[in-house]
Amino acid sequence: MTNGKSFLSRQDLLALAVLAALLFIVLPVSVDIFRLNLVGKYLTYAFVAIGLVLCWGMGGILSLGQGVFFGLGGYCMAMFLKLEASTPEATKIQSTPGIPDFMDWNQLTELPWFWEPFKSFGFTLAAILILPAIFAFIVGAAMFKRRVGGVYFAIITQAIAAILTILIIGQQGYTGGVNGITDLRTLMGWDIRTDSAKYVLYFLNGGLLMAVLVLCLFVLKSKLGRLLVALRDKEDRVRFSGYDVANFKIFVFCFAAVLSAIGGAMFTLQVGFMSPSFVGIVPSIEMVIYCAVGGRLSIFGAVYGTLLVNWAKTTFSETFPELWLFGLGALFIAVVLVFPNGLAGVYRAQVAPRVKKWLHTRKSGPDAPVQDPQAAE
Amino acid sequence: MNTLANNTDFLLSIENLTVSFDGFKAVNDLNLYVDENEIHVIIGPNGAGKTTVLDLICGRTKATDGSVKFRNRELTSMKEHEIVREGVGRKFQNPSIYEDLTVFENLEISFPRGRNVFGALTFKRDEEVVSRVREIAEMVFLDTLLDMQAALLSHGQKQWLEIGMLLIQDPELLMLDEPVAGMSVSERKQTAKLLNEITKGRSVLVVEHDMKFVEDIAHRVTVLHQGKILSEGSMAKVQADPKVIDVYLGH
Amino acid sequence: MFADYTWSELGSIFAMQGFAGLILFSVFVLMALGLAIIFGQMGVINMAHGEFMILGAYVTYLCSHIVENYVPSLFGVYFFGAMILAFFASAALGALVEWALIRHLYKRPLDTLLATWGLSLMLQQAYRSIFGAREVGVTLPDWLLGSVALTDTIEVPINGLFVMALTLVIAVAVYFLMFRSRMGMQTRAVVQNRVMAGAVGINTERVDRKTFALGCGIAGIAGSAFTMIGSTGPTAGQLYIVDTFLIVVFGGAASLLGTIASSFAISQAQSTMEFFLSGSMAKVLTLLTVVGILMLRPEGLFSLKIRR
Repeated sequence: MTNGKSFLSRQDLLALAVLAALLFIVLPVSVDIFRLNLVGKYLTYAFVAIGLVLCWGMGGILSLGQGVFFGLGGYCMAMFLKLEASTPEATKIQSTPGIPDFMDWNQLTELPWFWEPFKSFGFTLAAILILPAIFAFIVGAAMFKRRVGGVYFAIITQAIAAILTILIIGQQGYTGGVNGITDLRTLMGWDIRTDSAKYVLYFLNGGLLMAVLVLCLFVLKSKLGRLLVALRDKEDRVRFSGYDVANFKIFVFCFAAVLSAIGGAMFTLQVGFMSPSFVGIVPSIEMVIYCAVGGRLSIFGAVYGTLLVNWAKTTFSETFPELWLFGLGALFIAVVLVFPNGLAGVYRAQVAPRVKKWLHTRKSGPDAPVQDPQAAE
Repeated sequence: MNTLANNTDFLLSIENLTVSFDGFKAVNDLNLYVDENEIHVIIGPNGAGKTTVLDLICGRTKATDGSVKFRNRELTSMKEHEIVREGVGRKFQNPSIYEDLTVFENLEISFPRGRNVFGALTFKRDEEVVSRVREIAEMVFLDTLLDMQAALLSHGQKQWLEIGMLLIQDPELLMLDEPVAGMSVSERKQTAKLLNEITKGRSVLVVEHDMKFVEDIAHRVTVLHQGKILSEGSMAKVQADPKVIDVYLGH
Repeated sequence: MFADYTWSELGSIFAMQGFAGLILFSVFVLMALGLAIIFGQMGVINMAHGEFMILGAYVTYLCSHIVENYVPSLFGVYFFGAMILAFFASAALGALVEWALIRHLYKRPLDTLLATWGLSLMLQQAYRSIFGAREVGVTLPDWLLGSVALTDTIEVPINGLFVMALTLVIAVAVYFLMFRSRMGMQTRAVVQNRVMAGAVGINTERVDRKTFALGCGIAGIAGSAFTMIGSTGPTAGQLYIVDTFLIVVFGGAASLLGTIASSFAISQAQSTMEFFLSGSMAKVLTLLTVVGILMLRPEGLFSLKIRR
């Protein structure tokens, strides 16, 4: 394991291939576009969950405010799309045509200054990546340079999520309030509400997710990945090995924030609106459970965990709405008490040794007996 | 020794060092000097402030007053990682290693290259790193266990691994807090041999309880009592000092 | 923004808002006291603390109903009995939760946080299934209704005064329990050095359970008091949990005095600003200030320099 040639091991490639097959082949051919769009929506949460694996699972930094970054990305995208949908022709029945409808309802007569730059798609894309990074940097630098971590960090990030939600809901003239920014139509003239657009966006989302996974594998396989594990374990030892520990925590927090924002932006594109209900305390902590169910140490686990929990949520809250909260609550408790390593833990204990064996036999010769039946169990 | 001039020929000079916690002076107006290539041992009863002195040198605890100079550079205003980069290594009382990583990775992380975020991302495990890790692993008797997860090592091996993690940084001053605590007799002997070997070209400051071990390694001994120096000199000299006998046996 | 008011009006506004702030302060203190014991003394994050409070509120609501319908003669004083019942109900649930959940997680604070969040979801759904999603209110006895006129323009409601008096009594009781009694001493001993406390003959498991139950019981009393000034719904507890945690952290987690001081500062700031700004902006500004200060001074307002 000490060869530094490629950061992708055979297991990683297999995991990537299996996920790609599921996302790009199995799901698109087996479910209709409505369900596929739903899967796409879930996958946007997976960006957050992957970020949490790096931040919380590897680095030991639990952020209960990832919804803030998801929201930042989502709102940036929504602002751009809303401006495109609010042309003077489309809004000529308003008392002030050319501004988003909710502003008109709230007696605003001109576009607020911070909306102006979102007329540019380039600026919007840059903002989706840079805004959350800057925000995470400020929070991270303030906290980690002062050696605040653990539960204090969790509480502060949760408070930030609460503050942002109250702010968005309170300032409805500028933000669309509790309903969020709705009625989004086109992206650069391309109607995102059609089935074909939904297919394209689903594949774009999946492609981005794969790219993010590869990027995360690179980070995790670099010395920085091992340092994260090291500082989760013995922070002082890392510090007394000559590292400025805070910088590494800030980096991983910013990295996770940017991933969340990408997820948020893709959410807006696929679902067609953004609202404070994806920003606050409740969604933020729910995203932690996606990561925990998948296994807090596995980025692939995070993707499957997200899909599984959301699938369960949709199924249960459709048929037994009463039971869903019990189920979700029990899931929080079970994942902590019984399965601290989540799905990935089960995989590692039960399936991984067999896959390894299978890969090994494949490596040693193409004629070696393939132990598929066991591996498939 | 009684020079109070700002610059000294000593590798480490501690002058008038004081730290108080809510009025309790854990270290009180301490003066201590470490020569080049010296094994200097601090002994003293529990609560004498031995570990606190190490904490003050490496920046883990901030001094209330006084100065700590390393090669005539003031350490008290530096952050921990800056002090490490000056060339001061610190081993903790309980073996402090990364249990989830292998022995190799433990040593590799301690290798002094790629210490910022970008450097860590682009760090390459090249020939220099691998050969240096092997060299150090051999010194600390772990060369056959490089791929083992560190959590599986014995207590004594963990202590050695941590010493190895410091050696790979090639510090000029190595500070060890009770390096043989919990070791078997044969491990102690090996450790004493190791310390005598690694002191070539560097100084070592040790806090230790085990008198037999101190006798084996110490060039000079400082006896600390209630945050102050009680006695200083060779092992034979401090052992004969009536004040020391009184503190250790008198109660 | 002061231009439209005369000085005496402004004085009355500040007095009335100040009083509203004092009621908010009382609720904050009652909530935060329980949390200060559980989080500050034991180091356990209990995200279901709000739901323990709501349990107390529902117990009070049930008592008010039962007494009103079956023993109306006692209606004037039912509240005291309800409060004691609320304390024991929440404390009993607390002890159960400690036994089933918390004790397995003392070394994993972040996991405690997630598990208790799960618990809070389950409790919320349980309240919704039992009491319905609608908010419920209790009927107050006559002597708690009405208000006292201090001047022509300043009136203070009696129920508010009652809640404040109650808060004072409970705060003093908690202080004596935690810092002047054997139980408090044992709790602090266990928190500071579990192994040593066990070695000197303290039953650490029992102390943990008692302390956790006590914190939850106080939350129950808080819920009981809460019914006198507002209505109760299944998710009402969640609305307060962030504020309460911020209060405890802001005050310096281990300091009861700090908890009270920060409750006071936050409640006064919020209620005074509320009159001039919209409620949401007042809250945003208050919380933002607290978070800002905590980023600059993470140890909170009151803290000790300790030897590590």
